Amino acid sequence: MLKNKLISLLLLCWALPLFASPYLPSSPSEILENLPANAATSSKEFKSLRAILNADPNNISVATQLAKLYIERSRIEGDPRYLGYAQAALAPWWKLASPPIPVLVLRATILQSTHHFDQSLVDLAQVLKLDSSNGQAWITRATILQVQAKYAEAYQSCEHLYVLAPPLITLTCATNIHNLNGQAAKSYAKLKAAYVASGETDKSIQVWVLTLLAEMANRLGEVKAAEQYFKQAINIEDPDSYLLGAYSDFLLDQKRPQEVIALLSTKTRIDALLLRYAEALQVTQSAEAATQIEALKLRFSAAMLRGDTVHQREQSRFELRLMKNPAKALQIAKLNWVVQKEPADVLVYLEAATAAKDQAAIQTITQWLATVRLEDVALTHILTQEKRAS
Amino acid sequence: MIQHIKNFCLVLAVFLCIHSPAYAHKPSDSYLVIGVNQGLIQGQWDIALRDLDYAIGLDADANNAITWQEVLNKQQDINAYAFARLQLKNGADICPIVPQKTLIDHHTDGAYAVIQFSANCKDAINTLNVHYTLFADIDPSHRGLLRLDYKGATKTSIFGPENALQSFLLGNPDWLTEFKNYVVEGMWHIWKGYDHILFLISLLLPAVLVREANKWHPSPSFKSTLIDVIKVVTAFTIAHSITLTLATLHVVSLPSRWVEAAIAASVVVAALNNIYPSILKQRWMAAFAFGLIHGFGFAAVLSDLGLQNSALIIALVGFNLGVEIGQIGILSIYLPFSYAIRKTFFYKTMFFYTGSIIIIGIAGIWFIERAFNIALFSRVTQWMPFF
Repeated sequence: MLKNKLISLLLLCWALPLFASPYLPSSPSEILENLPANAATSSKEFKSLRAILNADPNNISVATQLAKLYIERSRIEGDPRYLGYAQAALAPWWKLASPPIPVLVLRATILQSTHHFDQSLVDLAQVLKLDSSNGQAWITRATILQVQAKYAEAYQSCEHLYVLAPPLITLTCATNIHNLNGQAAKSYAKLKAAYVASGETDKSIQVWVLTLLAEMANRLGEVKAAEQYFKQAINIEDPDSYLLGAYSDFLLDQKRPQEVIALLSTKTRIDALLLRYAEALQVTQSAEAATQIEALKLRFSAAMLRGDTVHQREQSRFELRLMKNPAKALQIAKLNWVVQKEPADVLVYLEAATAAKDQAAIQTITQWLATVRLEDVALTHILTQEKRAS
Repeated sequence: MIQHIKNFCLVLAVFLCIHSPAYAHKPSDSYLVIGVNQGLIQGQWDIALRDLDYAIGLDADANNAITWQEVLNKQQDINAYAFARLQLKNGADICPIVPQKTLIDHHTDGAYAVIQFSANCKDAINTLNVHYTLFADIDPSHRGLLRLDYKGATKTSIFGPENALQSFLLGNPDWLTEFKNYVVEGMWHIWKGYDHILFLISLLLPAVLVREANKWHPSPSFKSTLIDVIKVVTAFTIAHSITLTLATLHVVSLPSRWVEAAIAASVVVAALNNIYPSILKQRWMAAFAFGLIHGFGFAAVLSDLGLQNSALIIALVGFNLGVEIGQIGILSIYLPFSYAIRKTFFYKTMFFYTGSIIIIGIAGIWFIERAFNIALFSRVTQWMPFF
């Protein structure tokens, strides 16, 4: 007995995300879990492909087809499980040094999605060596290099798309890089014009371009235009998690937390959206904030146990804005900075550095900004305030 | 060229996930808690209903909602599926897993089936080999988060396709952890074992008083009080350390019923002595004599914790140290308090006399219960918030 009590005491201090309250549901008809609509499990297409692949796991055309569908679902639902399912579909080839090109491209995409950027680039280099007209490999490569702030190489990858892809895609790829790299206004205008001229386009491309336009406008301080683009993008189709996150950030910046709460209350399974939801709750001093902060804490501790680094950008922001722990936020932001350098990464780094009053870190960021010539009113605002304060 | 563009559009959806790499949901994890006690394993395994649905299909009516009935219908299948993918071995010997209740819990990312199970390894476990392959074939990104509890120590580990088989040496947890655990056990025991506290307090109630001309008077100085306390506590400590050691080393052993009854009797006598001070002339001697008996009581607790010979010295020293820390903790609260109010009417009547009488009553009940093995008044203590 003593022993049991002692153990349960020790457990109280333990960080594993276990809510110690398993229960016996009171009614057989109690709904325990709602699966996402059109989930992979319930769709006939998935089921029949899975059945074929189960019977013949080495069928590469079915395997790659299924893997693509899974990767697409992972994007729509923001659920990394599907990346695991995709990897499982590619199991016979997954560990080969040189699998067939279609598998290589998908493997690179999965690795990129789990932030294994360097491994992904290795696979992409292999694809492009064998098939320099593989548009998907070029654009994935451009994206990774852009995230790593290797803008010159990223732009080179975009250039290869001229002969391979529709003009709007090539232009979006290129302007997205120039926009972060000293030509904010010019590239924004160029993409805006190209989008207007493009006419009938695939819906997912429209969302992609509109999201980028909104972000570009926002960085330039064109708040009204940004909002318009966000709203347009959201109305095209069921918005993906990236778009919801970007729009929520915009609303939080504009001090409109109530709209964030309404937008995200059903999306809290996605860590990044739960973070924004919790921030909005905290700003409005909602009683629910504490619960959601606790939930986030558990998510991050589970991720750290797993060794995941996918969440560092969010984790830094969580530590800074919700846990009010600038030192830890800065520590995580620095780790994140080694992996990725998008405007959102600069922002968490700078916010943490100024909150922690770490002049060396602020100096590093200021110098970096000057070198790459990233223009962002949010960053400028923080730096101006910092200068005024010191 | 046209063909390229066509291909391009076909895989467009895949392309577009590139701009949203970081916006991820919580990935698939299961939570496995294993508690080891000698050769017995008690476990609990939380597996997401979503994952089980993908693996074996729970949503029978395909309405995207999983009900408790749907889980119950598949309970056998869930157990069969899960435990075909978890193997526990004591060295090379398989410990057969027996599923018990299935419950439900809600983690931050949804509902989980909570499968409770036991496994019997027959012999005490030295090396626990855990082979975890849940969902390895359908979702290589799935991870199993293990928490392993044994002898108060906790280990955590993470299972995935790359590290599906892991070994845990249970024989010898590192001595510092073990030592710490025994210290905590000792502290816990003195706080929870009311008989020891009552005995000490009975002996120390008069410490802030002096006996002159057959009457109690407030002690003139803190110094004299402190010397008195140190004498009593040191005598008690030395005495119980001696018998605790002798009993743990199996040099002497006494029937526990006698020991427990004698401990209760010691409390009665100590409290009685406050009312009739002629019984015990020197309280430190009484503390020593009865301390010998209390030591046997401590030894019984220590052996209940499941000792291994290799850890004997760590256990003895740690447990004893914990008991002393617990004692000092009690004294550091009790002593300044009683010293401060020693001159009041309240202390002498309410605290000293009434307190002693209450202690005699409680310990008397314990004595009767323990000596005659009856549970007449056990419930009495439940009424008293202090206890």
